[in-house]
Amino acid sequence: MTFDIAILLTQDGLTNGALYALLALALVLVFAVTRVIFIPQGDFVVLGALTLASLQAGHLPPTLYLLLALGGAVGLIDAVACLRSGRAHAVGRVLLIELGYPLALWALCHWLLPLSQSLWLHALLTLAIVVPLGPSLYRLVFQPLAQSSVLVLLIAAIAVHFALVGLNLLGFGPEGVRTAAFSDAVFEIGSMFIASQNLWIVLVSAVLIVALYLFFERALYGKALLATAFNRTGARLVGISPDLAGRLSFAVAALVGTVAGILMGPITTLYYDSGFLIGLKGFVGAIVGGLASYPLAAGGALLVGLLESGSAFYASAFKEVIVFTLIIPVLLWRSLKSHDRGSEE
Amino acid sequence: MKPTTRSPLLAVDDLHVAYGKVEALHGVSLRIDAGRIVSVIGPNGAGKTTLLSALMGLLPARGEVHFRGEAQARIAVEQRVGQGLCLVPESRELWSEMSVEDNLRLGAFHRSRARAAELRADLDEVYALFPRLRERLRQAAGTLSGGERQMLALGRALMGRPQLLMLDEPSLGLAPKIVREIFHIIATLRSRGVSILLVEQNARAALQVSDYGYVLETGRVVLEGDSRVLANDPRIVESYLGLAKKAA
Ligand SMILES: Nc1ncnc2c1ncn2[C@@H]1O[C@H](COP(=O)(O)OP(=O)(O)OP(=O)(O)O)[C@@H](O)[C@H]1O
Ligand SMILES: [Mg+2]
Repeated sequence: MTFDIAILLTQDGLTNGALYALLALALVLVFAVTRVIFIPQGDFVVLGALTLASLQAGHLPPTLYLLLALGGAVGLIDAVACLRSGRAHAVGRVLLIELGYPLALWALCHWLLPLSQSLWLHALLTLAIVVPLGPSLYRLVFQPLAQSSVLVLLIAAIAVHFALVGLNLLGFGPEGVRTAAFSDAVFEIGSMFIASQNLWIVLVSAVLIVALYLFFERALYGKALLATAFNRTGARLVGISPDLAGRLSFAVAALVGTVAGILMGPITTLYYDSGFLIGLKGFVGAIVGGLASYPLAAGGALLVGLLESGSAFYASAFKEVIVFTLIIPVLLWRSLKSHDRGSEE
Repeated sequence: MKPTTRSPLLAVDDLHVAYGKVEALHGVSLRIDAGRIVSVIGPNGAGKTTLLSALMGLLPARGEVHFRGEAQARIAVEQRVGQGLCLVPESRELWSEMSVEDNLRLGAFHRSRARAAELRADLDEVYALFPRLRERLRQAAGTLSGGERQMLALGRALMGRPQLLMLDEPSLGLAPKIVREIFHIIATLRSRGVSILLVEQNARAALQVSDYGYVLETGRVVLEGDSRVLANDPRIVESYLGLAKKAA
């Protein structure tokens, strides 16, 4: 392997690794707060990319129907809950928010799409459409199961994953899509060529990771999320609702997934069912951190990215095999470690 | 709401709580008037912790609980906190991974719409009550000593400005000097309009600081009355104050 190739592979590896790191952080957060192993994390990546592609093609994305359907269902459930607890006056507001938002967004897309081709506008619309799906899914599927075991929650997460894959196929069709690049420029530093799209990915991922860090370190709601993750009873005793924390963590996960999709769209062809493998790579990273440590999870995800691009070069047919085989020594190492801790106590 | 001469802050009527099939509380009734300190004393396993957990909504219970005239049956823990109910549980439930200051600030979570200056003032007030917490404000709560952890738990509860504060053995494992401080704080809280439901092993101190007392034994209220009267009741003196008298 020449130096040039090594640079190229490292660049690819770090780029993908940064995206996997984002997903890994979201997985750790969602698990810590809700005990859900969030299999659909990768599907949000695909939803982000496919929605952006359809906006760029000038279509109204079918994701809007999903948003409207979920909004309607959440509105109905919340309205019934309001009536039952004798807060009839709140029904109107609930329905207005849950149904009004998708409809307003629909109208906005209708109005703006013919007017502007701006990539930024499309990216913003994509975020506005896809991110609210996260909290709605939590409300519909996981909040009613909040007291269930990790296994039941995992089964529900798998069901949601398959539902999303099916809906993606229905809405977007079986063709793969690639979105337009943010910029085609290539920088030359010494003898290295760096694609600016890769720079964008690393930069935006880094900004998002720093933003998440600040959210947890500074913002009251970020701390409330951590507090719920650390000690649920303690959190309830100061008035932090586990439902609110669950919805918030799903919103963060959906945001992270959608951003990853928007970033990944121009460098990878994504299909309706690509989400599972992408999410799984983030998951391998999260496993390295024991689904508990944020820095270890991010580091593990970077490692997955590098390993993936390295094995793509040496044995491209076995790329996924090599990446997922990594999980076995990691699990062994973790089980030894947790065994140590167990015997200490 | 039943028309009473003066409706109590908290009214509990015939409360039953079970762990699985085993009932731990067999029909407990009690009331707390606003601005009062009420203590519940009783031997180990009497059901005192169970009572507080059920009042907070942490355990499912059968029976009537009215707080400020409102039935609590369908109300979640978080909403009870918002109404002004606050529990310092026996297990404290602090966030050991988070700093002392974060623990305190989160105590005011349900008042997050309050002005920053007001929250800052409350924080300073807690630090004034417990100067040791100020010295350790960046330290992780898990590294505090047992007594410091008690102070943090009490401080966190005060940050929520509760109307009714329920304390489960606030003196547990504390040095006598700190115990006196804690009971002094409890007495000052009353003068600020906070009502308190106090569960204690230290029956002497509890009856000294409180206005009214209940004696709980194996899930039933066996005796209740004015704290001063209870403190002189021969049954209480024998089973709860006898040992303490010798030790004192
Ligand atoms: N989680 C539980 N599961 C089953 N039984 C329980 C549980 N918690 C408490 N109990 C039982 O309920 C009864 C009352 O317990 P509780 O903790 O309320 O007593 P207590 O008065 O607070 O005692 P102490 O003074 O020792 O704190 C005890 O018999 C106890 O064994
Ligand atoms: Mg107890």
